[in-house]
Amino acid sequence: MEAAQAVTRLLVGPFNRVEGDLEIALDIADRRVESARVAAPLYRGFEHILEGRPPGDALVIAPRICGICSISHSVAASRALAAAAGIEPEENGRRATDLVLAAENVADHLTHFALFFMPDFARPVYSGRLWHGEAVARFRATAGGASARLVAARARFLHLVGALAGKWPHSLAIQPGGTTASIDLGGRVRLSGILSEFRQVLETHLFGAALERVAALDGPEGLAPWLGDGPESRSDFGLFLTISRDLDLAGLGRWDGPLMSFGAFDGLFPAGLWADGPQALDMGAIAEDLSHAWMAGETRHPARGITRPDADKAGAYSWCKAPRLSGRPVEVGALARQMMAGQPLVRALAAGGSGVEARVVARLVEIARLVLAMEGWVRDLRPGQPFCRDMPPLTDTDGAVAGLVEAARGGLGHWLTIRRGRIHRYQIVAPTTWNFSPRDAAGVPGPLEQALVGTPAGDAPDPVAVQHVVRSFDPCMACTVH
Amino acid sequence: MSRDFTILWLQAASCGGCTMSALGAGDRGLVAMLAQYGIRLLWHPSLSEEGGMQARAMLEAAAAGTAPFDCLCVEGAILRGPGGSGRFQILGGTGRPMAEWVRALAAKAAVTVAVGTCAAYGGIPAAGDNPTQATGLQWSGEVSGGLLGRDWRSPAGLPVINVAGCAPHPGWVIETLAALAEGALSESDLDPLGRPLFFAGRLAHHGCARNEFYEFKASAEHWSDGGCLMENLGCKATQAAGDCNLRAWNGGGSCTNAGYPCVACTSPGFEEPGAPFLETPKLAGIPVGLPLDMPKAWFMALAALSKSATPERVRRNAHADHVAVPPVWRPRKP
Repeated sequence: MEAAQAVTRLLVGPFNRVEGDLEIALDIADRRVESARVAAPLYRGFEHILEGRPPGDALVIAPRICGICSISHSVAASRALAAAAGIEPEENGRRATDLVLAAENVADHLTHFALFFMPDFARPVYSGRLWHGEAVARFRATAGGASARLVAARARFLHLVGALAGKWPHSLAIQPGGTTASIDLGGRVRLSGILSEFRQVLETHLFGAALERVAALDGPEGLAPWLGDGPESRSDFGLFLTISRDLDLAGLGRWDGPLMSFGAFDGLFPAGLWADGPQALDMGAIAEDLSHAWMAGETRHPARGITRPDADKAGAYSWCKAPRLSGRPVEVGALARQMMAGQPLVRALAAGGSGVEARVVARLVEIARLVLAMEGWVRDLRPGQPFCRDMPPLTDTDGAVAGLVEAARGGLGHWLTIRRGRIHRYQIVAPTTWNFSPRDAAGVPGPLEQALVGTPAGDAPDPVAVQHVVRSFDPCMACTVH
Repeated sequence: MSRDFTILWLQAASCGGCTMSALGAGDRGLVAMLAQYGIRLLWHPSLSEEGGMQARAMLEAAAAGTAPFDCLCVEGAILRGPGGSGRFQILGGTGRPMAEWVRALAAKAAVTVAVGTCAAYGGIPAAGDNPTQATGLQWSGEVSGGLLGRDWRSPAGLPVINVAGCAPHPGWVIETLAALAEGALSESDLDPLGRPLFFAGRLAHHGCARNEFYEFKASAEHWSDGGCLMENLGCKATQAAGDCNLRAWNGGGSCTNAGYPCVACTSPGFEEPGAPFLETPKLAGIPVGLPLDMPKAWFMALAALSKSATPERVRRNAHADHVAVPPVWRPRKP
């Protein structure tokens, strides 16, 4: 008879190559993760800072919650203010906003792939694998050739944001009535040039195939060229798939709970909840549970939420609240968007639940789909037509509004109450707040906490599979606790 | 260079935006740009392979002085709350407040650089009633002191170098670090707020594409108008340090060229302008924040004169979101 395996506690932190501060406590038994606690160890107080200020100040302050999802926060804040003022953006401004938001999402997906996620496969722990040499050459942290190439391509791609929004991150170009930078004919043509150059890098190196082919992948069989020995297989996507199949990344980091998308780009990626099929999303069913967060107060919908830190609260282990939809944790991100959008490959890969491979493939397929869509949006810009209309002053306004957007990492919501022309309440629920939430009052762990259970950890103190699972969510901790 | 100049980079209470901005440096990225000056990132939370125990061991050795390094870069404000404990930011896996780590590591680095306005002066987290007791490394807003104290000097004898900006231009970061690696940056190269003069010696206004509108006080009144943003839309570029409009941001952009006001993000206290960010405060119809180094009466006299001399082209283009009236062409006399 075997004696019961002792449980050992392992604290992983600082958890690097993620955006922001993260610490993970693992209970390990029988060489696997038995339970996990995900902690956000930084609190900055943005919601409190916004209270009492003129509503327009949110356009300066809210984007600075996050340096990697800055435009997403600009868009959420501007949509909330537009709702308060009862205006719609000018058509050109709407297109320009879509363009810079898509650019940020694509750039973030690339940063994640090249700098955060792939370098783990270049670690010495994998030195016996056939693909290891290639992973080192391409993706070794701060040294990989593919990483350097993708970082350079990303930098030149972000010229599109320079042209349409002045700079990245932290622009004020996105206003409730549109965008402040009007584009002339030359400017519009330059945008097409930026996209063309970027497409070439993606097709030559990242995918080894035309973007149209990647966007249209309709099932796992379609991946055969990337797993064979043709030109597709020599792409970075091919290297990832080879590694993924060798290590069974599809079976790692499993989550079979619901997936949620707020919807993006005028129905290109529809809103909804995926739970064994598409369902309607009830925004009224969102509530933030504070039971395990260093926060005082009770569970509330974000429209009525409060943020009052309580650093000494018993039983708490994170600054992150625990948002729930109808009382359940949900996963958000590119995977949820592509499931709701009916992308056939992604639906096939995540048919029985999500995992590391499906999350990464969803991001890469989304890069292809977004760049193709951006090419059309650039052609839709109308130089000489207005880009922005004024927002009527909100000096006497009272009301409760919300601004919703899909950031790279998933649904982002700003819930704003204005009283007598001042911000009375400002609540932000970010994508990683959903994915990396702590336990709720019923003791139900958040999505990452659940996805980590069962992950191999025999190579403690630095279990590499845990790294893959955590990074597969592409966490943004800066947003999580603002 | 005989050996690499090594950098240890910490993210305090930051949004990560300074690093994200720097990833666009020179269209090649932070690592590649630093390498060409012989600078190596010993550890960076977003970019390095080592995490967890390896990272902790490396930080402990650096703080103990057993693993020497040249430069500490800190991005983000230092949180001293709640109640002076620093617990609003614990460096993951260590149980120690980030404030303690920064203090310990700054004592060992030859030089310490505050990357961004948060690390320099406190920045946005210090806004309002400063709920987290955020501070900069050697300044709290406009008050000298901060975490390290007014008289603090690095082992190499330098105060904290403040590469202010929210986020700073990637060139400011790279060039500051390159100059330090070369040993070419001394205290006399800094302005009174600790910012390198090579960028802080200019005003954000210099080189603004709207300068012709400024000359004539032909002012934008609505978003995406072509005119000068100073009179109505809150632009502080005539008071804010930075060669912002003499450099290309993300390939060619800048705040004012993209049609929105400078919020003086390189300045201590920019987070509390005392008025809405997107409006110019006025007294009796006259903007309060006029250029700092010009007699007000002269400014008013010149403004009145130039307003009455404004060409029709400038007047109309100031209120259009595209060029409504192009420059006049006159054929040469035969």
